[in-house]
Amino acid sequence: MQTKRLLKDRIASKLMLLLTVSSGLIVFVMAFGLYQRSRPILAIKPLSELLFSTSWHPLRGEFGFFPFIMGTLWVTGVAVAIAIPLCLLTAIYLSEYAHRWVREWTKPLIDLLAGIPSVVYGVWGVLIIVPLIKDYVAPFCGTFSSGYSVLAGGVVLAIMVFPIIIHVSVEVFRSVPYEVREASLALGATKWQTVKHVVMRKALPGVIAAIVLGLSRAFGETMAVLMVAGNVAKVPSSILDPAYPLPALIANNYGEMLSVPLYDSALLLSSLALLLVVLFFNIISRVILIRVERSIQ
Amino acid sequence: MDRRKIEENIFKGLMNASMLIILASLVFILVTIIVRGLPAMNLAMITQTPKGGYYLGKEGGILNAIVGSLYLAGGATLLAILISLPVVLYLNIYSKKGSRLVAFTRFSFDVLWGVPSIVYGAFGFTIMLFFGLRASLLGGIIAVALLVLPIMSRAMDEVIRMVPQELLESSYALGATRLQTAFKVVTRQALPGILTAVLIAFGRGIGDAASVIFTAGFTDYIPYSLLRPAATLPLAIFFQLGTPFPEVQERAYASALILTVIILIISIVSRILITRFTKHIVK
Amino acid sequence: MEFKTHIRVRNVNVFYGKEQALKNVSVDIPDRRITAIIGPSGCGKTTLLKSFNRLIDTTDGVRVSGEISVDGENILDPKVEVTHIRKKMGLLSQKPYPLPMSIYDNVAYGPRIHGIKDKKRLDEIVERYLRQSSLWEEVRDRLRTPASRLSVGQQQRLCLARGLAVEPEIILGDEPTSALDPSSSQRIEQRFLELKNQYTIVIVTHILRQARRLADYVIFLYLGELIEHGTAEAIFENPKEQMTREYIKGIIS
Repeated sequence: MQTKRLLKDRIASKLMLLLTVSSGLIVFVMAFGLYQRSRPILAIKPLSELLFSTSWHPLRGEFGFFPFIMGTLWVTGVAVAIAIPLCLLTAIYLSEYAHRWVREWTKPLIDLLAGIPSVVYGVWGVLIIVPLIKDYVAPFCGTFSSGYSVLAGGVVLAIMVFPIIIHVSVEVFRSVPYEVREASLALGATKWQTVKHVVMRKALPGVIAAIVLGLSRAFGETMAVLMVAGNVAKVPSSILDPAYPLPALIANNYGEMLSVPLYDSALLLSSLALLLVVLFFNIISRVILIRVERSIQ
Repeated sequence: MDRRKIEENIFKGLMNASMLIILASLVFILVTIIVRGLPAMNLAMITQTPKGGYYLGKEGGILNAIVGSLYLAGGATLLAILISLPVVLYLNIYSKKGSRLVAFTRFSFDVLWGVPSIVYGAFGFTIMLFFGLRASLLGGIIAVALLVLPIMSRAMDEVIRMVPQELLESSYALGATRLQTAFKVVTRQALPGILTAVLIAFGRGIGDAASVIFTAGFTDYIPYSLLRPAATLPLAIFFQLGTPFPEVQERAYASALILTVIILIISIVSRILITRFTKHIVK
Repeated sequence: MEFKTHIRVRNVNVFYGKEQALKNVSVDIPDRRITAIIGPSGCGKTTLLKSFNRLIDTTDGVRVSGEISVDGENILDPKVEVTHIRKKMGLLSQKPYPLPMSIYDNVAYGPRIHGIKDKKRLDEIVERYLRQSSLWEEVRDRLRTPASRLSVGQQQRLCLARGLAVEPEIILGDEPTSALDPSSSQRIEQRFLELKNQYTIVIVTHILRQARRLADYVIFLYLGELIEHGTAEAIFENPKEQMTREYIKGIIS
C-alpha cells in the first residue's frame, strides 16, 4: 500500500516533468514545423526576391511578399500611433489620479474589451468605421476611399490592443515605489511634474515593453483586419488606401493553396516569418519586464 | 494660476478624454452589435441548421456553427486542461523554487501567449498534413488547444502560486505524497481560480477564427465525429458577412450578437468566481 | 531656554479609515532647533511628521482635522497650495530614494521644477548644496552619472542636498539614518548639527541615543497620543510622566 502510493507519486512526477518540458518546447517545434514546410520555396527563390518583390502571382510562380509586408507595417503603425497616447494617458490616470473605486470598476471593463472576439471587432469595423471613412473622412480629405483601408484596420486594431497596453503599463506604473513619488512631491513638485519627470522615467522600460507587447499583438491579428483592411495586394501609399496584411493573406487563401505548386509553402513561410517577428518582440518585452520586476525587488 | 498648474490641468483633461474614448469604444461596440443584431434575431437562428440556399437568404439558422463552436472550444479546453493542470502543478509543487526549468517554462508560456492565432492555425495545418488528416473537428481542437494552452496555464499558474506554502506543508506533515497534496489539497484550494482560468480559455477558444480557418473547415451539418469538419461561430459570421445579400449580412450581425452574449456570460461568470475566490482564499 | 515657535500644532487628529493615528496632538516646534519625535514604532511619529508637509494627503482614506500653522499660515486649510508648503520643507526618508536621474539632476530637480532654468545658477546651486551636505568632493567628477550608483550613505547625503536645494526653512527627517551604516549615520548627524543654525529640523527617531546627541527639544508620542514634550534636558533628565520614564529606561518599547 505504502509503496504503491509512493510509486504513483514517482510515476506522476516523471509524467508531469515530461509534459512540462514538452510544453516548454512547443515554440521550437512550431518554428521547426513551419520551417520544414517552407523549405521548398526557400530552396528555389532567393530571400531578397521574396521579401522585396512586389509581384504576387502564385499561378505564375511569383511570390513577392513586399506588398503584404508593407500592408502589415502600415496597419500596425497606424494602430500603434493611435493606441500609444490614449493608452498611456489612461494608464497614468488609472495609476496616479483615479480613486481606488474607479480603478476597480474600470479593470473588468477593460478586461471585457480584451475578451471580445476579433470577428466581432471586425463586424463593428465594417458597420461603423468603414462607412465613416468612406462617407466622412475621405471626402473631408478630398479623396475617394471605399472605406476598407489602412485607417480602418488601424482603428480597429488600436481598440483591440488597448487592453494589453493599458493593463501592462498600469502594472508597471504601480510598481514604481511610492517613496520615489514622495521624494519629488516633498520638494514641492506638482503631481503632474512628479509623473512626468520621475514616474515616467522610472517606468520607461516597462512602458516600452507594454507597447511592444501591444505591437506584436497588432502585428499578428488576423480576422478583424482581414474584414476591414480591403485586401488589395498593392503597397499602400496613404492611410486611406486599402492594405493586405500578411495574416490576412494567409487566412484568405486557404482554399486554393494546395492546388497551386509552392503556394502552401509560400504561405507557411509567411506564417513562420510572423511567428519569428512576434517571438522576437515578445522575448524583448518579456526580458525588459522581468528586468523591471527584478530592479524593483 | 501658475504655468505648472495649467499644464497639469491640460493633461488631466487629456487623461479624462482618453479614458472616456476607451470606455466609449467598448460601449459603442456592444451597442452596435446589440442594435444591429437584435432585429435579425429569431428562434430559427439558434434552433436550425442552414437549409438549402441559406447563404442566398433562404431559411435556416446557425445551429451547426453554435454546436460546432461549443464542441470545438469544449474539446480544446479539455485537452488544454489535461496538459496545463499537470504542468502548472509540476511547476509549483514538484520542482524547486527558482529552478531553470520553472523559469524557462514560464517564459515559454509568456512567449506562446503572444503568438498570433493564425500561426497556430498554420502550424495545426502542418500537423494535419503530417498525419494525413483532413480539416476536421479534431484538427480544430488541436489548433485551438495550442492557442488556449498558454492562456490557461498562465492564469492557473497565477492562482496556484497564491496557495500558501503552509497549506502544502501541513499536508506533507500528515504523510501525504506530493501527488495527493497536489490533487486533494492544492487543486481544491485553488478550484475557483482554476475554473476561472478554464472559462477564460474557453472564451478565447470559442471566439477565435484564425486558428480554425484551416483546421476545422466549415460545414452545414452538426459534426457527429471527430474526423468530420465542423462549423464555427466566428467563421459563420465571417462567411455570412461576406455574401452580397443584405438578408444574410443581417444574419451575420445576429450571429455576432450570439457570440458576444456567450462571451459576456463567460466573463460575468468568471468575474463572480474571481470575487468569490478572493473572499475565501486562506491568506 | 526660550524658544521662538516655528510650527504650531493644535488639536490635530488623523484617521486612516476608522483607525485613529493621532489623537488631539498640540505642540509647538521651536525655530532653528533640532526637535526629535520619539516613541515606539506605530505610535504616529511618521504621521505627525508627514502632516507637516501634507504628504499624508496622498494616503487613501485619510482624514485630518485641527490646525498646523507654519509662519502663521494654517497649512491644513484645504485652500492652501500644497506645493508651496512642501517647498518650505525638505524631507529625508528612512531609506534614501534618489530620483531616477543623474547626481546633478537630482539636486537641480527642485530648483528646476520651481522655474530656475539658467544653467549657471543651477551649477552654483548644485555645487553649494552638495558642499553643504559634504558630498561635493566625492562626486564632483561624476555629476552626470546616475544617482543610483552612489553608496547608500552617499545617496542619503544626496537626498539632503536635494532637499536643501529648494531653500526650505524646515528639514524633516523620518528616521533618516535607519538604513545607514554607523559612519554614514554620523556624517548625517554632523550635518544636522551644523545646519540647525539656519534651519528648523524635525526628526523622527527610535534611537534614543541619537535623540540625546542631537535634540534640543523632544516630543514623546505613544499610540497616537502626545505624552510629554519639552527640552531635551527636561525629557531625558527629569521626565514628568511615568510612561516617558519607562520608555527612556527601555521598559516599554
